[in-house]
Amino acid sequence: MSKYLILIFQDEAATKQSEGEAISAPYQEFMQRRGASLLNGAALQSASTATSIRRDGSGGHSVTDGPFAESKEVLGGYFLIEAADLDEALEIAKEVPAGIGVEVRPVRMVS
Amino acid sequence: MPQAASSEVAAAVADAHRREWAFVLAATVRVAGDIDAAEEAVQDAYASALATWGERGIPDKPGAWLTVAARHRALDMHRHAATEQRALPKLHGPEEYLPDGPGLDDEGIADDRLRLIFTCCHPALAFEAQVALTLRLLCGLSTADVARAFLVPEATMAARITRAKKKIAAAHIPYRVPPASELHDRIDGVLSVVYLVYTTGHTAPSGAQLMRTDLAERGLELARTLRALLPADPDVAGLLALILLTDARRDARLNEFHEQVLLEDQDRSRWDRRAIAEGVALLREALVSRPPGRFALMAAIAAVHDESGIWSDTDWREILGLYDLLMERWPSPVVQLNRAIALGFALGYAEGLAELDALGAEPQLARYPYLAAARGDFLARLGREEEARVAFQEALILADNEAERRSLRARMGALAGGSGQAGERGQRESPS
Repeated sequence: MSKYLILIFQDEAATKQSEGEAISAPYQEFMQRRGASLLNGAALQSASTATSIRRDGSGGHSVTDGPFAESKEVLGGYFLIEAADLDEALEIAKEVPAGIGVEVRPVRMVS
Repeated sequence: MPQAASSEVAAAVADAHRREWAFVLAATVRVAGDIDAAEEAVQDAYASALATWGERGIPDKPGAWLTVAARHRALDMHRHAATEQRALPKLHGPEEYLPDGPGLDDEGIADDRLRLIFTCCHPALAFEAQVALTLRLLCGLSTADVARAFLVPEATMAARITRAKKKIAAAHIPYRVPPASELHDRIDGVLSVVYLVYTTGHTAPSGAQLMRTDLAERGLELARTLRALLPADPDVAGLLALILLTDARRDARLNEFHEQVLLEDQDRSRWDRRAIAEGVALLREALVSRPPGRFALMAAIAAVHDESGIWSDTDWREILGLYDLLMERWPSPVVQLNRAIALGFALGYAEGLAELDALGAEPQLARYPYLAAARGDFLARLGREEEARVAFQEALILADNEAERRSLRARMGALAGGSGQAGERGQRESPS
Protein backbone atom coordinates (compact mmCIF):
# COMPACT_ATOMS: atom_id res chain seq x y z
CA MET A 1 0.00 0.00 0.00
CA SER A 2 1.17 3.54 -0.71
CA LYS A 3 0.16 6.90 0.62
CA TYR A 4 -1.05 9.74 -1.56
CA LEU A 5 -2.00 13.31 -0.80
CA ILE A 6 -5.03 14.59 -2.65
CA LEU A 7 -4.82 18.37 -2.90
CA ILE A 8 -8.18 19.98 -3.50
CA PHE A 9 -8.24 23.11 -5.64
CA GLN A 10 -11.04 25.60 -5.66
CA ASP A 11 -11.94 28.89 -7.14
CA GLU A 12 -11.00 31.65 -4.67
CA ALA A 13 -14.54 33.02 -4.78
CA ALA A 14 -16.02 29.61 -3.90
CA THR A 15 -13.79 29.19 -0.85
CA LYS A 16 -14.88 32.51 0.59
CA GLN A 17 -18.48 31.60 0.14
CA SER A 18 -18.17 28.27 1.95
CA GLU A 19 -16.29 29.65 4.95
CA GLY A 20 -17.79 28.69 8.24
CA GLU A 21 -20.24 26.25 6.73
CA ALA A 22 -20.62 22.67 7.83
CA ILE A 23 -19.06 19.92 5.69
CA SER A 24 -21.18 19.80 2.57
CA ALA A 25 -23.32 16.76 1.84
CA PRO A 26 -21.27 15.61 -1.20
CA TYR A 27 -18.12 15.62 0.95
CA GLN A 28 -19.83 13.77 3.77
CA GLU A 29 -21.00 11.18 1.29
CA PHE A 30 -17.51 10.83 -0.20
CA MET A 31 -15.90 10.48 3.23
CA GLN A 32 -18.37 7.82 4.22
CA ARG A 33 -17.92 5.88 1.00
CA ARG A 34 -14.13 6.02 1.01
CA GLY A 35 -13.61 6.04 4.76
CA ALA A 36 -11.46 2.91 4.68
CA SER A 37 -8.87 4.63 2.48
CA LEU A 38 -8.85 8.02 4.20
CA LEU A 39 -6.06 8.55 6.72
CA ASN A 40 -6.52 12.26 7.30
CA GLY A 41 -8.03 15.32 5.74
CA ALA A 42 -9.00 18.92 6.34
CA ALA A 43 -10.55 21.96 4.75
CA LEU A 44 -8.43 25.10 4.76
CA GLN A 45 -9.39 28.68 5.46
CA SER A 46 -9.39 30.88 2.38
CA ALA A 47 -6.08 31.65 0.64
CA SER A 48 -6.34 35.26 1.80
CA THR A 49 -5.64 34.05 5.32
CA ALA A 50 -2.36 32.42 4.26
CA THR A 51 1.04 33.68 5.33
CA SER A 52 4.12 32.77 3.34
CA ILE A 53 7.60 32.42 4.75
CA ARG A 54 10.59 32.43 2.41
CA ARG A 55 14.21 31.90 3.25
CA ASP A 56 16.08 35.06 2.38
CA GLY A 57 19.30 33.21 1.59
CA SER A 58 21.35 34.69 4.43
CA GLY A 59 19.95 32.66 7.30
CA GLY A 60 16.84 34.75 7.89
CA HIS A 61 13.25 34.63 6.72
CA SER A 62 10.90 37.04 5.06
CA VAL A 63 7.30 36.79 6.13
CA THR A 64 4.64 38.02 3.72
CA ASP A 65 0.89 38.07 3.44
CA GLY A 66 -0.77 35.68 1.01
CA PRO A 67 -0.31 32.19 -0.47
CA PHE A 68 3.00 30.95 -1.88
CA ALA A 69 1.83 31.06 -5.47
CA GLU A 70 -0.74 33.67 -6.46
CA SER A 71 -3.39 32.12 -8.65
CA LYS A 72 -7.12 31.93 -9.12
CA GLU A 73 -7.00 28.25 -8.30
CA VAL A 74 -6.26 27.99 -4.60
CA LEU A 75 -5.62 25.07 -2.32
CA GLY A 76 -8.82 24.56 -0.39
CA GLY A 77 -8.17 21.34 1.51
CA TYR A 78 -6.63 17.92 1.37
CA PHE A 79 -7.03 14.24 2.02
CA LEU A 80 -4.27 11.86 2.93
CA ILE A 81 -5.18 8.45 1.56
CA GLU A 82 -3.81 4.95 1.30
CA ALA A 83 -4.13 3.01 -1.94
CA ALA A 84 -2.67 -0.05 -3.63
CA ASP A 85 -1.32 1.92 -6.59
CA LEU A 86 -1.82 5.10 -8.59
CA ASP A 87 -4.84 3.74 -10.44
CA GLU A 88 -6.70 3.10 -7.19
CA ALA A 89 -5.63 6.51 -5.86
CA LEU A 90 -6.98 8.15 -9.02
CA GLU A 91 -10.26 6.28 -8.67
CA ILE A 92 -10.67 7.68 -5.16
CA ALA A 93 -9.53 11.16 -6.19
CA LYS A 94 -12.08 11.28 -9.03
CA GLU A 95 -14.82 10.94 -6.42
CA VAL A 96 -13.74 14.01 -4.44
CA PRO A 97 -16.48 16.57 -5.11
CA ALA A 98 -13.91 19.34 -5.62
CA GLY A 99 -14.72 22.69 -7.18
CA ILE A 100 -12.05 22.85 -9.87
CA GLY A 101 -10.21 19.58 -9.46
CA VAL A 102 -7.58 17.81 -7.48
CA GLU A 103 -3.89 17.00 -7.68
CA VAL A 104 -2.68 13.58 -6.56
CA ARG A 105 0.84 13.31 -5.21
CA PRO A 106 2.55 10.21 -3.91
CA VAL A 107 3.91 10.71 -0.42
CA ARG A 108 7.64 10.17 -0.21
CA MET A 109 8.64 7.53 2.26
CA VAL A 110 11.43 8.75 4.47
CA SER A 111 13.22 6.09 6.44
CA MET B 1 28.02 -28.24 -28.83
CA PRO B 2 28.56 -26.58 -32.19
CA GLN B 3 30.56 -23.41 -32.18
CA ALA B 4 29.36 -20.43 -34.14
CA ALA B 5 31.41 -17.87 -36.03
CA SER B 6 31.57 -14.51 -34.31
CA SER B 7 29.99 -12.73 -37.28
CA GLU B 8 27.06 -15.16 -37.15
CA VAL B 9 26.69 -14.66 -33.43
CA ALA B 10 26.79 -10.87 -33.78
CA ALA B 11 24.13 -11.03 -36.50
CA ALA B 12 21.96 -13.37 -34.41
CA VAL B 13 22.23 -11.12 -31.35
CA ALA B 14 21.43 -8.04 -33.44
CA ASP B 15 18.44 -9.82 -34.95
CA ALA B 16 17.24 -10.97 -31.52
CA HIS B 17 17.64 -7.41 -30.29
CA ARG B 18 15.40 -6.07 -33.02
CA ARG B 19 12.78 -8.80 -32.76
CA GLU B 20 12.77 -9.90 -29.16
CA TRP B 21 13.79 -6.91 -27.05
CA ALA B 22 10.27 -6.05 -25.95
CA PHE B 23 9.32 -9.70 -25.28
CA VAL B 24 12.40 -10.23 -23.14
CA LEU B 25 12.02 -6.95 -21.28
CA ALA B 26 8.30 -7.42 -20.66
CA ALA B 27 8.91 -10.89 -19.27
CA THR B 28 11.69 -9.57 -17.03
CA VAL B 29 9.99 -6.47 -15.59
CA ARG B 30 7.70 -8.53 -13.38
CA VAL B 31 10.56 -10.49 -11.88
CA ALA B 32 12.74 -7.42 -11.45
CA GLY B 33 9.87 -5.35 -10.07
CA ASP B 34 11.48 -2.24 -11.47
CA ILE B 35 11.91 -1.05 -15.05
CA ASP B 36 15.48 0.18 -14.65
CA ALA B 37 16.62 -3.07 -13.06
CA ALA B 38 14.84 -5.05 -15.77
CA GLU B 39 16.56 -3.04 -18.51
CA GLU B 40 19.91 -3.64 -16.89
CA ALA B 41 19.25 -7.37 -16.62
CA VAL B 42 18.15 -7.55 -20.26
CA GLN B 43 21.25 -5.68 -21.40
CA ASP B 44 23.38 -8.12 -19.41
CA ALA B 45 21.56 -11.05 -21.04
CA TYR B 46 22.30 -9.72 -24.53
CA ALA B 47 25.94 -9.15 -23.56
CA SER B 48 26.29 -12.70 -22.24
CA ALA B 49 24.60 -14.05 -25.40
CA LEU B 50 27.49 -12.68 -27.45
CA ALA B 51 29.97 -14.75 -25.41
CA THR B 52 27.89 -17.85 -24.73
CA TRP B 53 26.44 -18.35 -28.21
CA GLY B 54 29.96 -18.25 -29.65
CA GLU B 55 30.98 -21.17 -27.43
CA ARG B 56 27.80 -23.22 -27.43
CA GLY B 57 26.14 -22.28 -30.67
CA ILE B 58 23.09 -20.12 -31.35
CA PRO B 59 20.02 -21.49 -29.53
CA ASP B 60 16.92 -22.56 -31.42
CA LYS B 61 14.81 -20.04 -29.59
CA PRO B 62 17.00 -16.99 -28.95
CA GLY B 63 14.13 -15.10 -27.34
CA ALA B 64 13.45 -17.82 -24.78
CA TRP B 65 17.18 -18.15 -24.03
CA LEU B 66 17.49 -14.39 -23.51
CA THR B 67 14.38 -14.30 -21.33
CA VAL B 68 15.67 -17.04 -19.04
CA ALA B 69 19.08 -15.36 -18.82
CA ALA B 70 17.57 -11.92 -18.13
CA ARG B 71 15.21 -13.29 -15.46
CA HIS B 72 18.05 -15.10 -13.70
CA ARG B 73 20.08 -11.93 -13.77
CA ALA B 74 17.11 -9.94 -12.42
CA LEU B 75 16.61 -12.45 -9.60
CA ASP B 76 20.31 -12.26 -8.72
CA MET B 77 20.09 -8.49 -8.59
CA HIS B 78 16.92 -8.76 -6.54
CA ARG B 79 18.55 -11.04 -3.95
CA HIS B 80 21.58 -8.82 -3.86
CA ALA B 81 19.41 -5.77 -3.25
CA ALA B 82 17.43 -7.63 -0.59
CA THR B 83 20.59 -8.53 1.33
CA GLU B 84 21.63 -4.91 1.16
CA GLN B 85 18.19 -4.05 2.47
CA ARG B 86 17.88 -1.32 -0.06
CA ALA B 87 14.42 0.15 -0.29
CA LEU B 88 13.63 -0.23 -3.97
CA PRO B 89 10.51 1.38 -5.33
CA LYS B 90 8.54 -1.48 -6.82
CA LEU B 91 6.18 -1.88 -9.69
CA HIS B 92 2.82 -3.04 -8.51
CA GLY B 93 1.32 -5.87 -10.47
CA PRO B 94 -0.58 -9.06 -9.92
CA GLU B 95 2.62 -10.93 -9.12
CA GLU B 96 5.32 -8.75 -7.74
CA TYR B 97 7.92 -11.33 -7.06
CA LEU B 98 8.04 -14.76 -8.54
CA PRO B 99 10.92 -16.91 -7.28
CA ASP B 100 10.31 -19.50 -9.98
CA GLY B 101 8.72 -17.28 -12.54
CA PRO B 102 5.81 -18.41 -14.66
CA GLY B 103 6.44 -20.71 -17.60
CA LEU B 104 7.65 -19.16 -20.80
CA ASP B 105 4.38 -19.88 -22.50
CA ASP B 106 3.47 -17.45 -25.26
CA GLU B 107 0.34 -16.34 -23.48
CA GLY B 108 2.19 -15.26 -20.36
CA ILE B 109 4.67 -13.26 -22.40
CA ALA B 110 1.89 -11.75 -24.48
CA ASP B 111 0.24 -10.58 -21.26
CA ASP B 112 3.52 -9.10 -20.09
CA ARG B 113 3.96 -7.17 -23.32
CA LEU B 114 0.45 -5.79 -23.04
CA ARG B 115 1.13 -4.77 -19.45
CA LEU B 116 4.31 -3.02 -20.56
CA ILE B 117 2.49 -1.14 -23.33
CA PHE B 118 -0.18 0.11 -20.94
CA THR B 119 2.42 1.08 -18.35
CA CYS B 120 4.40 3.11 -20.90
CA CYS B 121 1.20 4.78 -22.15
CA HIS B 122 -0.36 5.53 -18.75
CA PRO B 123 -2.29 8.83 -18.91
CA ALA B 124 -0.50 10.02 -15.75
CA LEU B 125 2.62 10.38 -17.92
CA ALA B 126 3.09 13.29 -20.33
CA PHE B 127 2.32 12.31 -23.93
CA GLU B 128 5.93 12.90 -25.07
CA ALA B 129 7.10 10.70 -22.21
CA GLN B 130 4.66 7.98 -23.29
CA VAL B 131 6.08 8.06 -26.81
CA ALA B 132 9.68 8.12 -25.58
CA LEU B 133 9.14 5.22 -23.17
CA THR B 134 7.37 3.18 -25.83
CA LEU B 135 10.25 3.63 -28.26
CA ARG B 136 12.82 2.95 -25.57
CA LEU B 137 11.19 0.00 -23.80
CA LEU B 138 9.00 -1.62 -26.45
CA CYS B 139 11.11 -0.95 -29.51
CA GLY B 140 14.50 -1.15 -27.82
CA LEU B 141 15.66 2.11 -29.40
CA SER B 142 18.59 3.79 -27.69
CA THR B 143 17.97 7.09 -25.96
CA ALA B 144 20.10 8.76 -28.66
CA ASP B 145 17.85 7.30 -31.38
CA VAL B 146 14.68 8.40 -29.62
CA ALA B 147 16.15 11.89 -29.23
CA ARG B 148 17.05 12.01 -32.93
CA ALA B 149 13.56 10.89 -33.94
CA PHE B 150 11.98 13.74 -31.99
CA LEU B 151 14.57 16.40 -32.72
CA VAL B 152 15.56 17.11 -29.16
CA PRO B 153 19.04 16.97 -27.63
CA GLU B 154 19.97 13.57 -26.20
CA ALA B 155 20.32 15.03 -22.71
CA THR B 156 16.77 16.37 -22.89
CA MET B 157 15.41 12.99 -23.97
CA ALA B 158 17.45 11.17 -21.31
CA ALA B 159 16.02 13.50 -18.66
CA ARG B 160 12.49 12.97 -19.99
CA ILE B 161 12.83 9.18 -19.89
CA THR B 162 14.43 9.20 -16.44
CA ARG B 163 11.68 11.44 -15.12
CA ALA B 164 8.96 9.17 -16.53
CA LYS B 165 10.56 6.04 -15.05
CA LYS B 166 10.90 7.82 -11.72
CA LYS B 167 7.23 8.73 -11.76
CA ILE B 168 6.25 5.14 -12.58
CA ALA B 169 8.20 3.97 -9.54
CA ALA B 170 7.41 6.81 -7.11
CA ALA B 171 3.71 7.12 -7.86
CA HIS B 172 3.28 3.35 -8.17
CA ILE B 173 1.88 3.36 -11.65
CA PRO B 174 0.68 -0.23 -11.89
CA TYR B 175 2.15 -2.78 -14.27
CA ARG B 176 -1.14 -4.13 -15.54
CA VAL B 177 -3.71 -4.01 -18.26
CA PRO B 178 -6.58 -1.75 -17.21
CA PRO B 179 -9.88 -3.42 -16.35
CA ALA B 180 -12.46 -3.73 -19.11
CA SER B 181 -14.37 -0.69 -17.82
CA GLU B 182 -11.34 1.54 -18.42
CA LEU B 183 -9.83 -0.24 -21.38
CA HIS B 184 -11.72 1.79 -23.95
CA ASP B 185 -10.37 5.12 -22.67
CA ARG B 186 -6.88 3.84 -22.15
CA ILE B 187 -6.50 2.08 -25.50
CA ASP B 188 -7.01 5.37 -27.32
CA GLY B 189 -3.82 6.78 -25.80
CA VAL B 190 -1.88 3.64 -26.67
CA LEU B 191 -3.09 3.78 -30.28
CA SER B 192 -2.19 7.47 -30.52
CA VAL B 193 1.36 6.72 -29.39
CA VAL B 194 1.76 3.88 -31.90
CA TYR B 195 0.29 6.03 -34.69
CA LEU B 196 2.70 8.86 -33.84
CA VAL B 197 5.64 6.45 -33.97
CA TYR B 198 4.46 5.40 -37.44
CA THR B 199 3.78 8.90 -38.82
CA THR B 200 7.12 10.21 -37.57
CA GLY B 201 8.72 7.47 -39.67
CA HIS B 202 6.37 7.90 -42.64
CA THR B 203 7.35 11.53 -43.16
CA ALA B 204 10.29 12.56 -41.05
CA PRO B 205 9.75 15.98 -39.42
CA SER B 206 13.13 17.10 -40.78
CA GLY B 207 16.35 15.85 -42.27
CA ALA B 208 17.49 14.75 -45.71
CA GLN B 209 15.31 11.65 -45.99
CA LEU B 210 11.57 11.71 -46.64
CA MET B 211 11.05 8.66 -44.44
CA ARG B 212 12.54 7.13 -41.32
CA THR B 213 11.95 3.56 -42.42
CA ASP B 214 13.12 2.13 -39.10
CA LEU B 215 10.49 4.11 -37.18
CA ALA B 216 7.75 3.33 -39.70
CA GLU B 217 8.53 -0.37 -39.32
CA ARG B 218 8.53 -0.11 -35.53
CA GLY B 219 5.12 1.53 -35.69
CA LEU B 220 3.82 -1.22 -37.97
CA GLU B 221 5.27 -3.91 -35.68
CA LEU B 222 3.69 -2.31 -32.61
CA ALA B 223 0.31 -2.13 -34.34
CA ARG B 224 0.65 -5.81 -35.31
CA THR B 225 1.55 -6.67 -31.73
CA LEU B 226 -1.51 -4.87 -30.40
CA ARG B 227 -3.65 -6.65 -32.95
CA ALA B 228 -2.30 -10.02 -31.82
CA LEU B 229 -2.90 -9.10 -28.19
CA LEU B 230 -6.35 -7.50 -28.59
CA PRO B 231 -7.81 -9.24 -31.65
CA ALA B 232 -11.41 -8.25 -30.92
CA ASP B 233 -10.86 -4.49 -30.57
CA PRO B 234 -12.19 -2.61 -33.62
CA ASP B 235 -10.01 0.46 -32.92
CA VAL B 236 -6.89 -1.70 -32.94
CA ALA B 237 -8.03 -3.23 -36.25
CA GLY B 238 -8.61 0.31 -37.55
CA LEU B 239 -5.11 1.48 -36.64
CA LEU B 240 -3.41 -1.56 -38.18
CA ALA B 241 -5.56 -1.13 -41.30
CA LEU B 242 -4.60 2.55 -41.55
CA ILE B 243 -0.88 1.82 -41.19
CA LEU B 244 -0.98 -1.04 -43.72
CA LEU B 245 -2.99 0.96 -46.26
CA THR B 246 -0.61 3.92 -45.91
CA ASP B 247 2.56 1.86 -45.82
CA ALA B 248 1.53 -0.06 -48.95
CA ARG B 249 2.58 3.01 -50.98
CA ARG B 250 6.01 3.29 -49.39
CA ASP B 251 8.09 2.11 -52.36
CA ALA B 252 6.31 4.41 -54.80
CA ARG B 253 6.88 7.55 -52.70
CA LEU B 254 10.46 8.00 -53.85
CA ASN B 255 11.91 8.04 -57.36
CA GLU B 256 15.35 6.79 -58.35
CA PHE B 257 16.84 10.16 -57.33
CA HIS B 258 15.37 9.76 -53.83
CA GLU B 259 12.95 12.59 -54.52
CA GLN B 260 9.43 12.64 -53.20
CA VAL B 261 6.77 11.47 -55.65
CA LEU B 262 3.32 12.83 -54.82
CA LEU B 263 0.29 10.60 -54.78
CA GLU B 264 -0.95 11.76 -58.17
CA ASP B 265 2.30 10.82 -59.90
CA GLN B 266 3.03 7.55 -58.14
CA ASP B 267 3.51 4.34 -60.12
CA ARG B 268 0.59 2.42 -58.66
CA SER B 269 1.98 -0.89 -59.85
CA ARG B 270 4.60 -0.46 -57.12
CA TRP B 271 2.00 -0.35 -54.39
CA ASP B 272 2.04 -3.41 -52.15
CA ARG B 273 -1.15 -5.28 -53.12
CA ARG B 274 -0.81 -7.79 -50.30
CA ALA B 275 -0.64 -5.04 -47.68
CA ILE B 276 -3.66 -3.37 -49.30
CA ALA B 277 -5.68 -6.60 -49.24
CA GLU B 278 -4.78 -7.19 -45.60
CA GLY B 279 -5.61 -3.58 -44.72
CA VAL B 280 -8.98 -3.68 -46.48
CA ALA B 281 -9.94 -6.91 -44.67
CA LEU B 282 -9.03 -5.33 -41.32
CA LEU B 283 -10.92 -2.17 -42.26
CA ARG B 284 -14.11 -4.21 -42.70
CA GLU B 285 -13.72 -5.46 -39.14
CA ALA B 286 -12.96 -1.97 -37.84
CA LEU B 287 -16.04 -0.47 -39.50
CA VAL B 288 -18.27 -2.84 -37.55
CA SER B 289 -18.15 -0.51 -34.54
CA ARG B 290 -20.77 2.23 -34.47
CA PRO B 291 -19.91 5.01 -34.81
CA PRO B 292 -16.67 4.08 -36.60
CA GLY B 293 -13.49 5.11 -34.80
CA ARG B 294 -11.15 7.78 -36.12
CA PHE B 295 -8.48 5.34 -37.25
CA ALA B 296 -11.06 3.28 -39.13
CA LEU B 297 -12.29 6.42 -40.92
CA MET B 298 -8.75 7.46 -41.84
CA ALA B 299 -8.09 3.90 -43.03
CA ALA B 300 -11.25 4.06 -45.16
CA ILE B 301 -9.92 7.24 -46.81
CA ALA B 302 -6.56 5.55 -47.46
CA ALA B 303 -8.43 2.56 -48.92
CA VAL B 304 -10.30 4.74 -51.42
CA HIS B 305 -6.93 5.96 -52.76
CA ASP B 306 -5.38 2.49 -52.70
CA GLU B 307 -8.27 0.96 -54.61
CA SER B 308 -8.29 3.59 -57.38
CA GLY B 309 -6.48 2.13 -60.39
CA ILE B 310 -5.50 5.58 -61.62
CA TRP B 311 -5.49 9.05 -60.01
CA SER B 312 -8.31 10.36 -62.21
CA ASP B 313 -10.59 7.56 -60.93
CA THR B 314 -10.25 8.71 -57.33
CA ASP B 315 -13.69 8.95 -55.78
CA TRP B 316 -13.33 12.37 -54.15
CA ARG B 317 -16.98 12.60 -53.16
CA GLU B 318 -16.60 9.40 -51.16
CA ILE B 319 -13.44 10.80 -49.57
CA LEU B 320 -15.19 14.08 -48.77
CA GLY B 321 -18.03 12.16 -47.11
CA LEU B 322 -15.53 10.23 -45.01
CA TYR B 323 -13.83 13.47 -43.96
CA ASP B 324 -17.23 14.84 -42.90
CA LEU B 325 -17.63 11.79 -40.63
CA LEU B 326 -14.06 12.19 -39.39
CA MET B 327 -14.77 15.85 -38.53
CA GLU B 328 -17.58 14.69 -36.24
CA ARG B 329 -15.37 12.11 -34.61
CA TRP B 330 -12.08 14.02 -34.55
CA PRO B 331 -12.50 17.74 -35.23
CA SER B 332 -8.92 18.93 -35.60
CA PRO B 333 -7.46 21.68 -37.81
CA VAL B 334 -5.39 19.06 -39.70
CA VAL B 335 -8.53 17.06 -40.50
CA GLN B 336 -10.21 20.32 -41.61
CA LEU B 337 -7.27 21.00 -43.91
CA ASN B 338 -7.44 17.56 -45.50
CA ARG B 339 -11.20 17.86 -45.83
CA ALA B 340 -10.78 21.20 -47.65
CA ILE B 341 -8.38 19.54 -50.12
CA ALA B 342 -10.82 16.70 -50.74
CA LEU B 343 -13.59 19.26 -51.20
CA GLY B 344 -11.51 21.07 -53.83
CA PHE B 345 -11.10 17.89 -55.86
CA ALA B 346 -14.72 16.83 -55.37
CA LEU B 347 -16.51 20.15 -55.99
CA GLY B 348 -14.03 22.49 -57.66
CA TYR B 349 -10.64 24.10 -57.00
CA ALA B 350 -12.13 27.53 -56.27
CA GLU B 351 -14.38 26.04 -53.58
CA GLY B 352 -11.43 24.16 -52.13
CA LEU B 353 -9.33 27.32 -52.10
CA ALA B 354 -12.07 29.22 -50.27
CA GLU B 355 -12.13 26.49 -47.59
CA LEU B 356 -8.35 26.64 -47.28
CA ASP B 357 -8.36 30.43 -46.99
CA ALA B 358 -10.89 30.17 -44.17
CA LEU B 359 -8.40 27.97 -42.31
CA GLY B 360 -5.66 30.61 -42.51
CA ALA B 361 -6.61 31.97 -39.09
CA GLU B 362 -6.16 28.60 -37.32
CA PRO B 363 -3.25 29.13 -34.94
CA GLN B 364 -2.45 25.40 -34.98
CA LEU B 365 -1.86 25.55 -38.72
CA ALA B 366 0.25 28.72 -38.64
CA ARG B 367 3.49 26.78 -38.91
CA TYR B 368 2.10 23.83 -40.87
CA PRO B 369 3.62 23.81 -44.37
CA TYR B 370 0.87 21.67 -45.93
CA LEU B 371 -1.70 24.48 -45.75
CA ALA B 372 0.46 26.81 -47.84
CA ALA B 373 1.40 23.94 -50.20
CA ALA B 374 -2.26 23.04 -50.73
CA ARG B 375 -3.14 26.69 -51.42
CA GLY B 376 -0.29 26.87 -53.94
CA ASP B 377 -1.61 23.77 -55.63
CA PHE B 378 -5.19 25.01 -56.05
CA LEU B 379 -3.97 28.46 -57.13
CA ALA B 380 -1.78 26.86 -59.79
CA ARG B 381 -4.67 24.72 -61.03
CA LEU B 382 -6.76 27.88 -61.27
CA GLY B 383 -4.03 29.53 -63.35
CA ARG B 384 -3.18 32.11 -60.65
CA GLU B 385 0.54 31.45 -60.96
CA GLU B 386 1.92 34.52 -59.20
CA GLU B 387 -0.16 33.81 -56.08
CA ALA B 388 0.75 30.13 -56.33
CA ARG B 389 4.44 31.07 -56.31
CA VAL B 390 3.99 33.11 -53.12
CA ALA B 391 2.14 30.21 -51.44
CA PHE B 392 4.80 27.65 -52.39
CA GLN B 393 7.46 30.06 -51.14
CA GLU B 394 5.66 30.20 -47.78
CA ALA B 395 5.48 26.40 -47.63
CA LEU B 396 9.19 26.23 -48.41
CA ILE B 397 9.99 28.48 -45.45
CA LEU B 398 7.98 26.26 -43.10
CA ALA B 399 9.05 22.82 -44.38
CA ASP B 400 12.03 21.19 -42.68
CA ASN B 401 12.19 17.92 -44.57
CA GLU B 402 14.70 18.19 -47.42
CA ALA B 403 12.84 15.76 -49.72
CA GLU B 404 9.65 17.79 -49.33
CA ARG B 405 11.57 21.02 -49.90
CA ARG B 406 12.99 19.66 -53.19
CA SER B 407 9.49 18.74 -54.28
CA LEU B 408 8.21 22.24 -53.47
CA ARG B 409 11.10 23.84 -55.39
CA ALA B 410 10.33 21.66 -58.40
CA ARG B 411 6.71 22.80 -58.37
CA MET B 412 7.79 26.44 -58.19
CA GLY B 413 10.21 25.85 -61.06
CA ALA B 414 7.45 24.39 -63.19
CA LEU B 415 5.37 27.51 -62.54
CA ALA B 416 8.16 29.78 -63.78
CA GLY B 417 8.32 27.75 -66.99
CA GLY B 418 4.71 28.76 -67.50
CA SER B 419 3.77 25.27 -68.68
CA GLY B 420 0.74 25.30 -66.41
CA GLN B 421 1.38 21.64 -65.62
CA ALA B 422 3.22 22.48 -62.51
CA GLY B 423 1.75 22.22 -59.10
CA GLU B 424 -0.94 19.75 -59.82
CA ARG B 425 -0.30 17.86 -56.65
CA GLY B 426 -1.20 19.45 -53.41
CA GLN B 427 -2.80 16.69 -51.49
CA ARG B 428 -1.05 15.02 -48.65
CA GLU B 429 -0.82 11.31 -48.94
CA SER B 430 -2.59 10.52 -45.75
CA PRO B 431 -4.41 12.43 -43.10
CA SER B 432 -2.67 12.74 -39.80
